Amino acid sequence: MSRDRFERRMFAVLRPLAIVFLFLITAFPFLYMVMLSVRDIQELILEPGSLWPRDLTLDTYVDVLTRQGFLTFLRNSTIVAVASVAVTLLVSIPGAYAVARLRFFGRRQVHVLFLAVYLFPAIVLAIPLFVLLTMLGLRGSLAGLILVYIAQTVPVTVYMLRNYFETVPQSVEEAAAIDGCTRLSTIWRVVLPLSKPALMATGLYAFMIAWNEFLFALLFLVERRESWTVSLGLSQLAGSIEVPTTVLMAGSVVLTLPIVIVFFAGERLLTEGLTAGAEKG
Amino acid sequence: MSPLMRPRTLREQEGRAGLALISPTLVITLVVVVLPLLWAIMLAFQDVRLINIRQVGLFGRYTLENFSYVMSEPGFWPALVNTLVYTVAGTALSIAIGLVTALALRDRFRGRTLVRAAVLIPYVAPVVAVAFLWETMLNPQYGIVNTWLSEPIAFLTQAKGEFLGVEVPVALLTVIAFEAWRYFPFAFLFILARLQALPAELDEAAVVDGATPTQRFRYVIMPQLWRIIALLSVLRFVFTFTKFDDVYLLTGGGAGTEVVSVRVYTFLTARDDIGASAAQAIVLAIFLVVFLTLYLRFFAGSTGERP
Repeated sequence: MSRDRFERRMFAVLRPLAIVFLFLITAFPFLYMVMLSVRDIQELILEPGSLWPRDLTLDTYVDVLTRQGFLTFLRNSTIVAVASVAVTLLVSIPGAYAVARLRFFGRRQVHVLFLAVYLFPAIVLAIPLFVLLTMLGLRGSLAGLILVYIAQTVPVTVYMLRNYFETVPQSVEEAAAIDGCTRLSTIWRVVLPLSKPALMATGLYAFMIAWNEFLFALLFLVERRESWTVSLGLSQLAGSIEVPTTVLMAGSVVLTLPIVIVFFAGERLLTEGLTAGAEKG
Repeated sequence: MSPLMRPRTLREQEGRAGLALISPTLVITLVVVVLPLLWAIMLAFQDVRLINIRQVGLFGRYTLENFSYVMSEPGFWPALVNTLVYTVAGTALSIAIGLVTALALRDRFRGRTLVRAAVLIPYVAPVVAVAFLWETMLNPQYGIVNTWLSEPIAFLTQAKGEFLGVEVPVALLTVIAFEAWRYFPFAFLFILARLQALPAELDEAAVVDGATPTQRFRYVIMPQLWRIIALLSVLRFVFTFTKFDDVYLLTGGGAGTEVVSVRVYTFLTARDDIGASAAQAIVLAIFLVVFLTLYLRFFAGSTGERP
């Protein structure tokens, strides 16, 4: 058998094996998460190895949402994420347009600043912000948290949107100008409608950061239980022994499901945006 | 308009509009990122605690004590070594698995969409949820992984264990495995995008010339992937080196997994020593820059030799 045929056969076997392995290590933990969330804690302790619950129960969800306060946490997380997305878009759309289209003083240097913020370690930033919020007595308020998330996402979203705005043909904008549009109405009536996929991708990115973030939520909110986000709530309750693991698993599902749904709803747009950028370079 | 002022040229108007549109972005990054960073540097040189923060002025006593104190603490250097091991291993593993995944999922097959979606979930899901999931799965009493083993292993709370007669750092390896598992989708997405943008002609020409699959991978595909892999390693190195969430949530820094960022957090909250915490964070950032420079020099040298 020639080397070529040997290798082809080897990969014909190895590739499906790799695919099955990858699927198992990624899908199984999440299947396990869902399975644990619908059973009683007694059953888990008696039969830790069984996957399928003998008695299906949804009490865990009722418990976690009401008694453990996850409904409040969900509300907080939603406020934080939606506000972050809205303000991030509001700030980064004009910014990205300026970088893409207008020649202004310092336009080239702006990229360096954005890259620096993107790569900047959050843990260094956490110290002064923690001290500042403590001094201002703002620890426990969601507004401070939203502000930090916006500052962390805006540089990246400006960059993402700029890449897309540059693909909008300049002639379309010139036509709008001749028809009497001012600069702002050109952005509003011409550029934005043409950039819907990029706007969705950008909003999705901002949403993911705000929904999943942990460090700043921990530093800013931990002392006020009624301000906890879902992430913070789960991490705090996971340390206590009073709350059964299966109830917390229900909490994990509550935390994970929204972001997975949002991601896969908008995923095509996000990866298309990424790939479009990759092809150019 | 006064007669001395000439009307602005279009170019000047454009410049003003540009600055006006970018200014919200600049203001928010300046206020929330740049100024706090400068303040963090100042705090590192002062003796500050939350109690005396109001007395320490902008021009208070500056000292190097925080730095000498932090670096002479017995836990600091082991934590730095942990950070480096954790970062290098986590980065390398996540990129390697991401590369394998991208190659395996490159061509169509039945169910590819499902597998692709599954593979992305570890990266998309919130870190708190997946860390708790790992903790539960690896729990020595009721975790499902330990029901498959003949003897339960305390993956996250045991510093040292024996594997085939060799002493291994159990918890540190578990944390590294978590890192690889959570971030390989990130590498996968980038590498797959690059793979799909590669011109098919080169690969086809190599097939015609009789190149075997491994030869095509080595001489046709890999040379075109080096750049994206280099970029990914820089990104993942930078992100992992200062990462706090993953280790803190999995082990709390116990069982020989303490990394510097967890120490920064402990100094800030439990010890209420802001100065020392800031000094430690800045030392961490300096080491990051040093390692990154070394890496870039090494890597730039090795790619320069390639034809």
